[in-house]
Amino acid sequence: MNENMNKPNDDDIVFAASGLTKTFGRSEKAIRAVDDVSFAMRRGEIITVVGESGSGKSTLARMILRLLPITSGTMALNGTDVTRLRGRGLQEYWRQVQAVFQDPFSAFNQFFSVRRLLHRSGKLLRHADVDLDSRMRAALEQVGMHPAEVLDKYPHELSGGQRQRIMIARALMMEPKLLIADEATSMLDASLRATILNVLFDLRADADLSVLFITHDIGQACYLSDRVLVMQHGKLVENGPTEDVIFNPKHDYTQRLLADVPRLHDVG
Amino acid sequence: MKLSRFTSRFYVALGIVFLVAFFGTLGPLLFTGKDLTTVVGGLYDAPSGKAWLGTDNLGHDVFTYLMYGTRSSLIVGVISGLIATFIGVVVGTVAGYVGGAVEETLMAATNIMLAIPQIVVLVLISVALDSRSVTSVAIVIAVTSWPWTARAVRAQASSVRTREHLDIARLSGANTVSIIVFDVLPYMLSYVVMVFVLQISIAILSEAALSLLGLGPSEGTSLGLMLHWALAWESVRNSAWWAFVPPTIMLTMVAFGFLLLQSSLDEVFNPRLRRDSGRKRRKRIASARTAAEAAEAATTSGSGA
Amino acid sequence: MIVMEPVLEPSVPGEILLRASNLRAEYEAASGGIVAVDDVSLSIRDGEVLGVAGESGCGKSTLGAVLSLTARPPLYVLGGELEIAGRKLSFDPDHAPPRLWRGSVVSLLPQGAMNSISPTIRIGDFAVDIIRAHEPGVSRKEAIDRAAERLEQLGLPARALSSYPHQLSGGMKQRVVTVLSTLLNPRLLIADEPTSALDVSTQKVMIELLIELLDRRLVGSVIFVTHDLPVLRMIAHRIAIMYAGRIAEIGETEEIINRARHPYTGALLASVLVPEPQIRRRRITGISGAPPSLADPPPGCRFHPRCNLATDVCRTTQPPQVGDWHQYAACWWAQDHQGEAVVSYL
Repeated sequence: MNENMNKPNDDDIVFAASGLTKTFGRSEKAIRAVDDVSFAMRRGEIITVVGESGSGKSTLARMILRLLPITSGTMALNGTDVTRLRGRGLQEYWRQVQAVFQDPFSAFNQFFSVRRLLHRSGKLLRHADVDLDSRMRAALEQVGMHPAEVLDKYPHELSGGQRQRIMIARALMMEPKLLIADEATSMLDASLRATILNVLFDLRADADLSVLFITHDIGQACYLSDRVLVMQHGKLVENGPTEDVIFNPKHDYTQRLLADVPRLHDVG
Repeated sequence: MKLSRFTSRFYVALGIVFLVAFFGTLGPLLFTGKDLTTVVGGLYDAPSGKAWLGTDNLGHDVFTYLMYGTRSSLIVGVISGLIATFIGVVVGTVAGYVGGAVEETLMAATNIMLAIPQIVVLVLISVALDSRSVTSVAIVIAVTSWPWTARAVRAQASSVRTREHLDIARLSGANTVSIIVFDVLPYMLSYVVMVFVLQISIAILSEAALSLLGLGPSEGTSLGLMLHWALAWESVRNSAWWAFVPPTIMLTMVAFGFLLLQSSLDEVFNPRLRRDSGRKRRKRIASARTAAEAAEAATTSGSGA
Repeated sequence: MIVMEPVLEPSVPGEILLRASNLRAEYEAASGGIVAVDDVSLSIRDGEVLGVAGESGCGKSTLGAVLSLTARPPLYVLGGELEIAGRKLSFDPDHAPPRLWRGSVVSLLPQGAMNSISPTIRIGDFAVDIIRAHEPGVSRKEAIDRAAERLEQLGLPARALSSYPHQLSGGMKQRVVTVLSTLLNPRLLIADEPTSALDVSTQKVMIELLIELLDRRLVGSVIFVTHDLPVLRMIAHRIAIMYAGRIAEIGETEEIINRARHPYTGALLASVLVPEPQIRRRRITGISGAPPSLADPPPGCRFHPRCNLATDVCRTTQPPQVGDWHQYAACWWAQDHQGEAVVSYL
């Protein structure tokens, strides 16, 4: 693997994973869903993890979010080890690392209004002397929504696109350093998808945010990211700048994957 | 919830349950003058103007006993239903949401409870108690009838657990109790209501079974106790049908009412189980067609002008 | 990059296999009817693959259900006529469509078909059910043999029939289900999002299977419903773009992709993200606004509130179909700019 990509002594490195491994089950039947994955993310960088279903990309996302226990390996946020954080420390971690998920319907508690959803997340900010209400409004405006119109709405009163934008606002409210977007646009229509991707794209410049974008769609990876990581059977098989990985892939698997992607135009 | 979602089955069930509940709660207040100690005649007097449903083996008025018996049965049903549902939901939700070793332990306990025949446990506990009030009988029934609720609720909770909003809640720093109360339970509320209704009817039938064996409440009466005494004093051989037919009918109505309520609630909460009536459908299409034709005519004339 | 060319030519060019006219279908809802397919007419030639594309809620799956005669409550077909292989059918609320047409004349491969087989039965039982629905006298063994023969003919393992659904991978399951739902050699196969849940490599294999079914004349024609335009380019001869319950544009695949004439088609194509160098060079804006509610669609052209080229006439009057049955755009702009592509105007 690309050893040179993983030097955590770079000042700009926000997040570094080293040898991350997750096994499900015990002994002989154990499945290595994520197998020795190492990479580093710089400030303001958008990295896409691509892979087919079962490649372990979503498991990786849930490990980074600390929603799944890590079997082995370490991760560091701004140079601090966060692999085994608990309690208050974990809450502080979640203030800096947030997520948007795939399904804009099941991500909402249907009994909560938008205001209550955001307020609940806002509890992570209770030690950080901020005006929650203005944070909430600012975050909604950042994703192009009018706070007065949506704050008292319930999820069933919002469209899929609106819901997904509110989910992004919820994450942004914490002013995180790292945003994990796990197939965050997969269930949206093409026309809306572009809008959401642009929101992520602009945040990188405006808010110094790093984004780990997880998708099976190489087209989206190509549009959005600075760097692309390719996963196969839990392993990272290719890691490099988008232009290199997508237009000049080195690994067999990446080449095959790209050859199968349907195109709109014949490539010259 | 809109009223149109309720089916006629639901209203029939609700009607039966209300009828029984009125009889058991308001009955003793309306028909005063007799109580459980009043002796109005001799052994198995036939129904008459004085005793509408005749008398029992000790000369008590069967109608009065029926009212008080229904009331005891309902009290046992509600108390026991509440307790059993509460235990079952807590055990099931915690097991389903937390998972891992906690789930395995709780479910092992539940399965052991399920494996022991309920009636045996009921009989043993009841025998061990010196005096049994209506409440203590209800509690005894509750502690033996929660396990299947726990199993069913655990399955529901596990399916809710896969929803992404629980991950969002965890990422928001919410603790386990808050997640169970606000994110898991509301999604199972309709299910819990159905479980509760079913638990009531199970408890009423269990009480009847215990009482029939002579292990019911040691004070007052109940539908099961009435049957117990009717059996013990050979009402069948004496052709004293009024001693055993009324409590049997009442018991059947209570159990049937709650069971029907439970299954019709299932239809309300789960509209896929409902059947569309053919007549309504054709009517809708006919009206839609007319509307379509009218619209078409309007466009044609509009573009022509 | 080798792009798969549609490999087949209609065996009798020009012979119309299906002619659907003025289809209207409505979902019954508490708040009133939602007309999801509104006055849709289309024709398909024998041997042709027609792609039907559009965003969610545009009515494409509903159209598939209507054409495959599988509409069931709360979806009701309000009217329209269907002519398949010389047989006529008029949708009439009082008469159910002939049940035996399903499977042998038209067959639907529903969305998520691979997950619709009961997990407790073997795949072979599913095949038996399909055959017996039409030929009740067939023995179980004979039905299994026929299914096995068909699978092997298409290069799929016959042992799949003795498996339970969960024992097969997603792509294999989808292919086996496809073969089984075409066991009766339907003249028209309607495939609703058959590749959407698959990875790109299995997507490609699935499309190759559909092409082989057509080549061997095991199915007559295919209607391929999807939101994925690049996939359609691999298989469809023509593409119909639906918007808010109507066909906005229909035409030869390369014409639609390279010389779209309806502004909606143009906008939709512009928001497709494919791994091609040009998408890294510019900002893709998507389409502003949201599709209209079908309970209360806007007057005139239904796309006008989101259209950059809309004029007064678009806001009041339903646009004409510019072109012939085979290739047209329902658009006032296209009417005024005959023969021009919309892309340079957007």
